[in-house]
Amino acid sequence: MLELAGLVWRRWLAAALALLLAMLTLAAHGKEAQPASDNPELEVRVLAIAEELRCLVCQNETIAASHADLAVDLRKQIRIKLQQGQSQQQILDFMVERYGDFVLYRPPFMARTLLLWIGPFVLLAIAAVVMVVNVRRRQRTALAQEWSEAQARRARALLDDASSQS
Amino acid sequence: MIYELGHLALILALAMSLAQGVLPMIGAQTGNAAWMGLARPTARGQFVFVLIAYLCLTHAFVTNDFSVALAANHSNSTLPLHYRITAVWGNHEGSILLWSLILAGWTLAVSIFSRQLDDRMLARVLGVMGLISCGFILFTLFTSNPFERMFPPPADGQDLNPLLQDPGMVIHPPMLYMGYVGFVVAFAFAVAALISGQLDAAWARWSRPWTTAAWCFLTIGIALGSFWAYYELGWGGWWFWDPVENASFLPWLVGTALIHSLAVTEKRGGFKMWTALLAILTFSLSLLGTFIVRSGVLSSVHAFATDPTRGVFILGFLAVVIGGSLALFAWRAPQVGLGGSFEPVSRESMLLANNVLLLVAAAAVLLGTLYPLAVDALGVGKLSVGPPYFDTVFVPLMTPALFLMGIGPIARWRQARLPELAYRLRWAFGVAAVSALAAFLALGKWTPMIGLGLALAAWIASTVVLALVTRLQEHKSPDWRRRFAAQPGSFYGMLLAHLGVAVFIVGVTIVSGFESESDVRMEPGDTATVAGYQVRLDKIEDVTGPNYQASRATLSVIQDGKLVAIVRPDRRVYNVSRSPMTEVAIDRGLLRDVYIALGDPVSATAWSVRLHHKPFVNWIWIGCMLMALGGFLAVMDRRYRKLRVSEPVRPASAPPQADRALPIGGVVVARSGAGGTGR
Amino acid sequence: MRKSLIPLAIFLVLVGFLAVGLGLNPREVPSPLINRPAPAFSLPLLDAPEQKLSAQDLRGQVWILNVWASWCVACRIEHPLLVEFSKMGMVPLYGLNYKDKPEDATQWLKKFGDPYTRSLSDREGLVGIDFGVYGVPETFVIDKQGVIRFKQIGPVTPEVLRDEIIPLVRKLGA
Repeated sequence: MLELAGLVWRRWLAAALALLLAMLTLAAHGKEAQPASDNPELEVRVLAIAEELRCLVCQNETIAASHADLAVDLRKQIRIKLQQGQSQQQILDFMVERYGDFVLYRPPFMARTLLLWIGPFVLLAIAAVVMVVNVRRRQRTALAQEWSEAQARRARALLDDASSQS
Repeated sequence: MIYELGHLALILALAMSLAQGVLPMIGAQTGNAAWMGLARPTARGQFVFVLIAYLCLTHAFVTNDFSVALAANHSNSTLPLHYRITAVWGNHEGSILLWSLILAGWTLAVSIFSRQLDDRMLARVLGVMGLISCGFILFTLFTSNPFERMFPPPADGQDLNPLLQDPGMVIHPPMLYMGYVGFVVAFAFAVAALISGQLDAAWARWSRPWTTAAWCFLTIGIALGSFWAYYELGWGGWWFWDPVENASFLPWLVGTALIHSLAVTEKRGGFKMWTALLAILTFSLSLLGTFIVRSGVLSSVHAFATDPTRGVFILGFLAVVIGGSLALFAWRAPQVGLGGSFEPVSRESMLLANNVLLLVAAAAVLLGTLYPLAVDALGVGKLSVGPPYFDTVFVPLMTPALFLMGIGPIARWRQARLPELAYRLRWAFGVAAVSALAAFLALGKWTPMIGLGLALAAWIASTVVLALVTRLQEHKSPDWRRRFAAQPGSFYGMLLAHLGVAVFIVGVTIVSGFESESDVRMEPGDTATVAGYQVRLDKIEDVTGPNYQASRATLSVIQDGKLVAIVRPDRRVYNVSRSPMTEVAIDRGLLRDVYIALGDPVSATAWSVRLHHKPFVNWIWIGCMLMALGGFLAVMDRRYRKLRVSEPVRPASAPPQADRALPIGGVVVARSGAGGTGR
Repeated sequence: MRKSLIPLAIFLVLVGFLAVGLGLNPREVPSPLINRPAPAFSLPLLDAPEQKLSAQDLRGQVWILNVWASWCVACRIEHPLLVEFSKMGMVPLYGLNYKDKPEDATQWLKKFGDPYTRSLSDREGLVGIDFGVYGVPETFVIDKQGVIRFKQIGPVTPEVLRDEIIPLVRKLGA
């Protein structure tokens, strides 16, 4: 955990040295590797949207992660549409229009998926209520038992007194 | 010839398991000692025959006999020997045979380590296990015969899927099966206890070490699967909420509730209905998982080649086994009655809340996994449920359980006072709060999730320390070593397992919050940067492996001007299947992984390379291993190997015996003068 | 009802769903475009790239669109069936040559037969995306108003042709 504290400082040092090293290596041979895409900031946005879409070919991956041809094509479409200025919602709608709700990696919130999204929390609420009721009931039964036992003891004590007196 | 022998052995195993399943159960019901006595021999016989069958099948793979269809489809003569051995379970038929073998193995273990277990109980337990074995062997013989032959045999095999040609494959499925299948013991004990009507602390004490052992294996199996996916699949993920992953996670969640519930039943005699139900549910989820993977109802990267007939058989089996045991539960459970009473604030109530929370979390995972199927079956369309759902729902459900994990061990049984608890926990609250903010101060980035994760981890870790200190303080002895030695192994096991959870949470939180990557084009000599590391591509060369051709890159990882590591990621094309595969190179460290994947060539000299920086990622699996180690410590608790038990464990009809030993291994001394009934 | 019956009840419902699930295919993605207008397109012909064919040109008749490619192995399975079907002359068959090189495509048709009235070149796969194509082959039945009435995912089998496509085509008044 101490490492973490020094990380910020080490990052600075690393950056400075990296710059120095880069300059030196540049002088020698080889260069700073180019990012795979021409526009890294756009790429980040493309991937953010692509991660919301399921690849229909390798069905348990997102379009962001999949190597399938269709995934590559769809990422290209997303890129083009982003460059045209479309919003995330517009692009997702475009996909759903053609491929259906299945293509959304995050199930949309609608009537059909109400049970899915709300279900677990409703279940939790019901379980909590049942548990509280149960524990209270247990407590009441135990109390009632103790009460009746106490009464029985008092009764016996009184009877003993009565019999010893008589 | 040898495969016909294997097939015959399997049929004999079926006969044995049928005998094991039916006769002792009837014997237990009617009091027939001879029939009850058949339980052990038939169990052992079944194991021997299944083992023979399995070895015969392995023989085909090892000797490259491609007249056996399975070897022809899943192996190859150029496949290295260790992978030929593991290829036996790299397909549906072989893995189902492995299931049966492991089931027979657990059955054998129960038959051996049960010397002082009541005859009736043992007969019923082995009987139930025998019936389950019977079902699986029937399934194997009728729908998934591993000994199918091919004439004429092909010259060479189709090779094992390249993704499976990996050390992880050697150990992940067997560990997973040891866990999955191991819960059958708890199941059998619960069903046997329900049949006999005797759900008591002794039953819990017998079940506990078996259940914890199975839980350990399952924890290791799941952790290995995740670890393997991380380096094998090439994009640095470690959990995908894939239906098959969920299928193994569900029994883990409910199994965790089970081992905690067993603690209450053993120590306080309470939660009997809960424990019995959880035991049934855990194994039921294992069976359900088997169904999901092999029936084709859900699509998954893991799913075996699917066949509806197999699905029908497994579903029928499922319906009978689970339906039957739940019906038994419904009938018997109301007769069991409540255990000892406890206050709303007490260790029991915390554990009850724990049961409930884990079950709700499991229900949520099950709901998400099966929802697409339900929606499709009802004809209302086609949906898919991916990680965004599970991540969103699971974390809020588990957080309260993780919070209670800190309080439970500190709270007293039966009655704990809230103000006193809060006072004792004040340091832990403080540490948790500070940790939540520490991330921001030290790491420069903060989101609510990061804060929550670190707070929970710190909370759990500090309460573990608090529990230890409190316990040691309570033991009055001047010698500290004595104090340590006086605590039972199960106490340390619990502390270690809970600590493992904290370590796990740290790993997940930090890697999710702070990982970074660079996606670059590199030529030899180029340098790329990721998170303060410079990575220089030194060279790319062609390499020939035993059954593949590859392009291998050599990269130097440099930090602060110093060479940290040299890594060699591959891009392979396997000779037989012609499928390309990337083999990532990872420079592992306790505090971070530098993870590099070679992509496709983008030009004659340049390649696409993905560099990842994964801080604290190994804490995820270290945490899991600590959990498993903790469980192991608990299983080894000398209580389970010691001599006495205070409560009689026989049904009322049998003659009473004074002191009896517990059924799990080690040194056992029979105390009673009337003679033991064990063998 | 006893509380202890609840787990059993839930389980039986679950089994019901699983049983139904056995008959379903989880990988199949049904098209949201059924009973919706076919997307507009305008593509060059495979054999005459200077000429273009658009969706508008095909209005007024029932027609079938078959998505195929020379690199697609499964297409070879359905191809003989399509060749036979086109000889029946019941309905025009148009091919969408998906993400293929025209030379390879033409060679392929020469080798295996050409059932298509005309084939269109969708080199980038954009029209395919508009039709919601996610695998090859796929086949669409489109009516006189240009509305998609049926989609077959995967190769056309004799059963599908006999039980679904031909009756539908007849009903639509080809």
